[in-house]
Amino acid sequence: MKDKVQNIIRNYHDDRTRLMDILLDIQAEFKCIPAEAIEVLAGQLNMSKVDVEQTLSFYHFFTYEPTGEYTVYLNDSVVAKMMGSDEIARAFEDEAGTKFGSVSEDGLVGLFETSDIGMNDQEPAALINGVPFTNLTISKVKELVAGFKAGKDVNDMVGQTGDGRNSDDLIKSMVNSNCRMQKGSVLCLEYEVGSALKRAVNITREAVIETVKSSNLRGRGGAGFPAGLKWEFCRKSNGDVSYLVCNADEGEPGTFKDRVLLTEMPEQLFEGMAIAAYAIDAKEGFLYLRAEYNYLKAYLEDVLQKMRDDNLLGDKILGSEGFNFDIRIQMGGGAYVCGEESALIESMEGKRGEPRNRPPFPVQAGYHNKPTVVNNVETLSTVVKIILHGADWFRAIGTEESAGTKVLSVSGDCRKPGVYEVEYGMTVNEMLEMVDADSVQAVQVAGPSGVCIGPDKFDQKISFEQLPTGGAMIVIGKDRDLLKEVALNYMDFFIDESCSSCAPCRSLTVILKNKLLKLMNGFGTMNDIDELYDWSKYMKQANRCGLGQTAANPIMTTIDNFRPLYEALVKTDDEFVSEFDMDKAVEASCKYVDRVPNVH
Amino acid sequence: MSKPVVATTSLAGCFGCHMSLLDIDERILELIELVEFNKSPIDDIKTFTKQCDIGLIEGGCCNRENIHISKNVRKTCKILFSLGECDLMGGLPALRNGIPVEECIREAYLDGPTVGLNKEQILPNDDELPMILDKVYPCHEIVKIDYYLPGCPPRADLIWNALVALVTGDELKLPYEVVKFD
Repeated sequence: MKDKVQNIIRNYHDDRTRLMDILLDIQAEFKCIPAEAIEVLAGQLNMSKVDVEQTLSFYHFFTYEPTGEYTVYLNDSVVAKMMGSDEIARAFEDEAGTKFGSVSEDGLVGLFETSDIGMNDQEPAALINGVPFTNLTISKVKELVAGFKAGKDVNDMVGQTGDGRNSDDLIKSMVNSNCRMQKGSVLCLEYEVGSALKRAVNITREAVIETVKSSNLRGRGGAGFPAGLKWEFCRKSNGDVSYLVCNADEGEPGTFKDRVLLTEMPEQLFEGMAIAAYAIDAKEGFLYLRAEYNYLKAYLEDVLQKMRDDNLLGDKILGSEGFNFDIRIQMGGGAYVCGEESALIESMEGKRGEPRNRPPFPVQAGYHNKPTVVNNVETLSTVVKIILHGADWFRAIGTEESAGTKVLSVSGDCRKPGVYEVEYGMTVNEMLEMVDADSVQAVQVAGPSGVCIGPDKFDQKISFEQLPTGGAMIVIGKDRDLLKEVALNYMDFFIDESCSSCAPCRSLTVILKNKLLKLMNGFGTMNDIDELYDWSKYMKQANRCGLGQTAANPIMTTIDNFRPLYEALVKTDDEFVSEFDMDKAVEASCKYVDRVPNVH
Repeated sequence: MSKPVVATTSLAGCFGCHMSLLDIDERILELIELVEFNKSPIDDIKTFTKQCDIGLIEGGCCNRENIHISKNVRKTCKILFSLGECDLMGGLPALRNGIPVEECIREAYLDGPTVGLNKEQILPNDDELPMILDKVYPCHEIVKIDYYLPGCPPRADLIWNALVALVTGDELKLPYEVVKFD
């Protein structure tokens, strides 16, 4: 084992900042990170064992114990549950003869739950040895487990490949892109690969930044920071080296549009990255790809190689003296918080994905403390069209403060889930008509950290002004139990994904969830609802990053918009009700000391 | 007008909060001018002799008796204070939360390094003894608490300021050093 681990480390030139890649390779090789490997890592990378462990213990897909020859990670997010993942979980347990959270006795099958894997439009879905299996049914599960027992390769169990480029030889995945983007919008506007980059290198770096600035392009990941301004800040930071990072860590439950952009139009993204790199004078770029999308890696590497062959990447790009730029794909390890740009940078440096204190901002001191621009997949892809068609053209699309289009990931209770590109300013009502949804109780906009709105707000416009979204739109039908199926599930999500650095995010999330449960269990009072809301407000003020600041949103926004659902849970006029149950509380101790409980 | 009546009690705590109350030093003479004490370890009155106005509870609830007392204090006192970390959040005793209660009892009476005298391996199960709860509960999960005085222990000045403010109706003074512990 030692030799194998040493070889893996050597592949990365004994570079401790590549710890993520090293751990990924070790996990793939041994289906866990063995204790012996940790020692070898510490020795060869000149780190303490604790340093190695604090990175590895942070990420969902690194494990101390082997996860089975066939490792099943079943999505347990809101939409997965809506589409019946609980039944699928039971089927896996019955067939494999082991419970979720454990490996079968013979070590063949490991069953685990995981947060959203970016397949909301085709749930229930699972990753098996990294390969996505979607639209799972009980009979498919039976087939799969029979395949495990027969020792089949998971890739051979995929069967019919999905639509679009999912059937590419290097992907061969059953995933469907469900790409409902209209030709001629912005991202789908046809163009010749390389033409935008050609135009960019023929003007100055400042002129590129100026174009993007005056286009009013704002970040598509959610926060909406003006992209051109970010580039300008980076360019003006005094650094000998600067870096460009594309954030493809879309971990927000309900978002999957980056997956489709990466599958169907990766050339456009990489070209956008090259344009951004030219503007900020970066030589190195990174695509931080979430672990769940590992199945796209070989394909994306191939696209990169083709672009190098066409001189769209590499040295003297398109003959432009002094413009050398290349892109490396950095895989993540399964941590939602790494979608936050400073946490993402920490992760790229081989550390725990904990958000940094700001300032300094990444544009001042990012990757390796050098000026770094981190942009979303969609943002960078859009740049290509802005360069080709001009800032005025782009600004004319959308609304005053939200120029252009937004790619939406629509899932849940609708007949046409998938990826849509819409002009900013579309109302929720129009969107619901587009995706063919009726009897809608609520729409969860922008995932768990966003807002849950009801029909009285369906006339709001999708835009930074009114209803900002990173892309996730989950349609929730009339028959759903909104608090149990949505709010409670999202609180569990935040509890799992909190990096635990800030106390309110670590503790208050649990306290809020318990209070929500208290209400659901029939012990709630009106005071409890008020306290839920009042305490939630502290999350915004007292946490360091966006995850913590929005972690109470599932509760706050459902109280805002669906307060009667909460009030219906209150069965008493009393000011205070205790959930304490004396019989239950003394049961275990009395039994152990051989005593008859006497609580009356 | 008669003086407000104060009661205090210590549950699963260490009596540190009561020690802190005594740390108001000579102001205790002023205090007894302001209020009258009823059930409290300070005057050693063991049971309530009348309805009280203010109750202070130190310590969380780890056994049935604690639950009984906190409910009783709530019933008897108009205004209830949570005094100190153990009452507010369970405190040190709550370190056992997360460990099965069977394991705690085994360690305390059978396996621990200091149980050598328990040669017959007796477990406490006399009916007179309070039954142990599955975990330590902060009081606010059992009864309604009106005010919280944090600290381990809360500073004497905090207890003093809070009581005086409540009794006189003056504004509560909360200087930084009285509520910050870093």
